[in-house]
Amino acid sequence: MLGLDFSFLTSEAGRTLVRGMLVSLQVASTALAVGLLWGTALAMMRLSRFRLLSWFAAGYVNLFRSVPLAMVLLGFYLVVPQILKGLFWRAGTMDTRLMSALVGFALFESAYYSEIMRAGIQSVPKSQFLAACALGIRPLQAMRIVVLPQAFRNMLPLQLTQLIVLFQDTSLVYVISLADFFTSAEGIGERDGRIEEMMIIAGVVYFVVCFAASRATQRLSRNGRG
Amino acid sequence: MGYQWHWQVFLQHASAKETYLDWLLIGLWTTVKMGTLAWILAFALGSLLGVLRTAPHPVLSRAATAYVEIVRNVPLIVQLFLWYYLAPKLLPFAWRAWLFAQPPATTAFVTATLGLGFFTAARVCEQVRAGIDSLPKGLRNAALAMGFTLPQAYRHILLPVSYRLIVPPMTSEMLSIFKNSSIAATVGVLELFARARQLNDYTARGYESFIAVVTCYLLINTVVMLLMTLVEKRTRIPGFMGSP
Repeated sequence: MLGLDFSFLTSEAGRTLVRGMLVSLQVASTALAVGLLWGTALAMMRLSRFRLLSWFAAGYVNLFRSVPLAMVLLGFYLVVPQILKGLFWRAGTMDTRLMSALVGFALFESAYYSEIMRAGIQSVPKSQFLAACALGIRPLQAMRIVVLPQAFRNMLPLQLTQLIVLFQDTSLVYVISLADFFTSAEGIGERDGRIEEMMIIAGVVYFVVCFAASRATQRLSRNGRG
Repeated sequence: MGYQWHWQVFLQHASAKETYLDWLLIGLWTTVKMGTLAWILAFALGSLLGVLRTAPHPVLSRAATAYVEIVRNVPLIVQLFLWYYLAPKLLPFAWRAWLFAQPPATTAFVTATLGLGFFTAARVCEQVRAGIDSLPKGLRNAALAMGFTLPQAYRHILLPVSYRLIVPPMTSEMLSIFKNSSIAATVGVLELFARARQLNDYTARGYESFIAVVTCYLLINTVVMLLMTLVEKRTRIPGFMGSP
């Protein structure tokens, strides 16, 4: 009825898709690493006694959470290369698409991770921090070795769920034509006039990856309490 | 900084009839229209799915669960492409003929709004389900013991109470639907994000175009937040956490 036909796929198309998937994973893992570090830093700033820091963090998080990711990616694609060119004389030779996708995506996801970490820090009883201080541990150290590990652990299921969302969101680098998995699939579909089939393949692949990951997350958060 | 701001660019004529400011405002209007229509669809369908997921009927609740799992594990951009390219082929011939007789922007708007609505429905379903699950078991049983049929219990007791409990997460879903509508630009809907791109290309004023569009998104966010704060105040249930 739909006239679907998958016989157009070649091994060359398969290789393109695999290369695309590697780019997707690279973007997602960079965003995860930066998001966790910078997000935790933002969360600590937000909860800090210093007004200036907490205002900055609140502004940062609210701004990034109010703007669509597509907008952030396009903005970084058009703006960041100009700034980089001003800073490094060799920037002209870098892959600006990938660079700006990595930077934009990481800064965007940090805002979301910061909210998760803030909830995590707030979920740790204050007495933990006070007890650490009473033992003579300096406040920043108490944060690092007493509060943050517990916060991190409490929020592990949420962080993993956010990772799945993040992985799906990498498909949006389409707006700056970075050849990730989705953009490669769409490109092959356009070229061969088989866009419906390619979208079905893309959907199935994303579903398999994300569904497996979310099942694993559920299992982890069920067993992990102990 | 040596940047020369040039905000007057928005008053220049983009075509015989429209200025660049008109482009921006038309984009804003399209985003608002699309988000609102998709939200109505998502709210209705999501509530239905949420009811089905919590209903004591294995087949229906499995079906609703399957729907949610599929929709939540496939990126929205893939879904919108499927809605745009594949879904029209499933329609009866007469409907398809009507759809393709429309201007291309309308076809894209219709399919993308449906796609966005069906996508958000899965997320609304999860919120409704969480709301219903958070109610004490006694509520359902008391309603049934009072002689309500199950559909009546949902309609008069379970749904109204859980709606009032889930206003905050629904607010964030509402904020996301407007942000997610930007993805419709990829199938050719000329909403705010597409206009940002267009403004940047036509005027070569990147900073001004982007700041203007980001301001529009902040504006939408603020309005939604204010409206939902009002709704939250009006519908708060006395005696629960967070009520005065």
